[in-house]
Amino acid sequence: MSDRERGRAESNRHEDAEEQSPETVEIDTDLDALDDLLDEIDEVLEENAEEFVKNYVQKGGQ
Amino acid sequence: MALHKVLGTETEYGIVVRGDPAFNPAVASSLVVNSYPGERVKVQWSYEEESPGRDARGFGHDTYGLIDPEGAVVNSVLSNGARLYVDHAHPEYSGPETYDPREAALYDKAGEVVMHRASVAASGAAGRQVSLYKNNSDGKGNSYGAHENYLLSRETPFGEVIRYAMTFMVTRQIFTGAGKVGRENDRPDIDFQVTQRADFFEEEVGLETTLKRPIINTRDEPHGDPALYRRLHVIIGDANLSEYQNFLKLGSTALMLAALEDGAIPDSLDLADPVEACWQVSHDLNLGRPLELDGGGTATALEIQGRYLEWLSKYVEKELDDPVWDQLIAEWERTLSLLGSDPDRLADTLDWVAKRRLLEGYVARDGLKWNNSKLRALDLQYHDVDPEKSLYRRLASRGSMRRLFTDEEIAAAVSSPPMRTRAYFRGRCVSDFPGSLVAANWDSLVFDIGESHLKRIPMMEPLRGGAELVGDLLDSAEDAADLLRRLEG
Repeated sequence: MSDRERGRAESNRHEDAEEQSPETVEIDTDLDALDDLLDEIDEVLEENAEEFVKNYVQKGGQ
Repeated sequence: MALHKVLGTETEYGIVVRGDPAFNPAVASSLVVNSYPGERVKVQWSYEEESPGRDARGFGHDTYGLIDPEGAVVNSVLSNGARLYVDHAHPEYSGPETYDPREAALYDKAGEVVMHRASVAASGAAGRQVSLYKNNSDGKGNSYGAHENYLLSRETPFGEVIRYAMTFMVTRQIFTGAGKVGRENDRPDIDFQVTQRADFFEEEVGLETTLKRPIINTRDEPHGDPALYRRLHVIIGDANLSEYQNFLKLGSTALMLAALEDGAIPDSLDLADPVEACWQVSHDLNLGRPLELDGGGTATALEIQGRYLEWLSKYVEKELDDPVWDQLIAEWERTLSLLGSDPDRLADTLDWVAKRRLLEGYVARDGLKWNNSKLRALDLQYHDVDPEKSLYRRLASRGSMRRLFTDEEIAAAVSSPPMRTRAYFRGRCVSDFPGSLVAANWDSLVFDIGESHLKRIPMMEPLRGGAELVGDLLDSAEDAADLLRRLEG
C-alpha cells in the first residue's frame, strides 16, 4: 500500500482497530510516523504562508 | 579509454530578505557573498580565459557575456577550491573540480553549509533575516540554475554528444527531480510534478541559459587546455538536497558520458520530440507515459533508463575498477527497480518522492487543495538552507532519508579542497597565501608578490595540481614568492 493510499485509509483505521492483522499494525506505525513528522513540521512552518509565497520572487536566473 | 570524468556542480540559490519585499536581489546577493565568514580570498575573477559565448558547434560570438560588472565586484575563492560569487541576481556556489561523483556530491553539499553561514552573517549585517533556498523555481515562471560540469575529450565530436546525451538527459529526470507544486511557463495544469526545471526547456540544443533554455547547452568553455578538452555544461538538472540522489544524478551522467566517448552506447534511442518529452516526463507521476521514439514505437522514461543501466553496468564491469562505480550501479538498480514497483519507498532518497509524501500528508490531514499557499510554502521550505527551517533536514535528522555523508565529512569539505584535482592547489593557496592571491579563474591563479608585475600560474590540466603532485611543494613553500620561485625553478 502506498503512502497516498495509507493517507486515504486513515479515516478507516480506527474502526478496524479491533481486528488488526500484524500487517495493519505495521501500517499504523508508519502512519503515526508521518503524523508525528507533520506535527514536528507544523512547529517550524512559515507563519504566513500566503505572504511568504507571494513575496518569493526570483528574477534574473539562468 | 575515455578521459577521466572530472566533474563539479554550480548552484544559484534563491534569496529573500524578510520584511522587505522590494529588496534588490543583486545587492542582497552581494551582501551574502561579502559576509561569508569562512576562509576565502576576495579576488578579481579574470575573464581573459573565459568565453561563455563560444559555441561547441563551432560558431561563436566572443563578446557574448564577457562583460559582467556584478561578477567583477563580488568574487571569492574558498579554501575548499570553490568559487562563491554573485551571478546575475543570485548568490552562487560553484563547487571545486572533483575526481568522482561521490566527491562531487559531497562538495555540492558543502555549498549548502557555506550558503547558510553566509546568510546568517548577512542577516546580522542587514539587520533583517536573509533567507536562501537551494531550489530552481519561484513558482511564478522564474527559474535559476543548478548546473553540472563534466570533462570531455576535445576529440569527441560534439554532434555525438548531442545525439547520444539528449534522450538520457530527458529521461534521467525520473530520478533527478526535486519535485514542484504546480506548473509554469504555460505547460498544462498539474498539482505536483517530478522536477523544478522541466517546464522551462524550450529548445533541443543551444547556447542560451536564461531564456529558451536548451536540453543540451553548447557553451564551449573548457576551463582547461582547449586543444585537449571540452566541458559539457549541463543545465537541465534540479538542485538536489538528497545526498544519494545527487550522487546518482552526477554518477549516472558521468558514466554515460564516459561510455559515450568509448562508443559503448549502442543506440541513441532518439525521441521524436525531446522538448515535449521533457515536461511530459516531469508531469508523469505514475511513470507510465509512453514517449514516441524517432524510429517508431514508444518507450517510457523508466524503460529507457533501464536500457542505459544495462549498457553501463556492463561498461563498468569491463572498464572501471574504482568501487565508487559499483556503488553507483547498485544505487541506480535499486532506484529504477523501486520506481517500477513501489516508488513511494524512494522517499528515503529522491527529493521529489520525499516532498510529495510530505505534501500528500498535509493534503490528507488538513483537507487542503493543491493550490493552497501552504503547500507552496512547504515546497519552498523543503529547500531552505537553514537547518532549523529546512524540511529536507527534518527528514534526514529523523532518519527518514538516507545519508551518504556525515556532518563531519561535510564540514571538512567546507574548509578543505578535494585531493586529486587542481582544486587542491587553488584551495591550498587560499589557505596558505591569502594576502598574495589577487585574481583567479578555474584555470589560473594570479599572485602579487610585491614585484613590478603580477605573476600568473596557469592550471590548464584539471587533474594536475592534486596533493600527490603539489602537496610537498606547498608544505615547504615559505610564502607565495617562494612558491613561485620553486614552480619556476
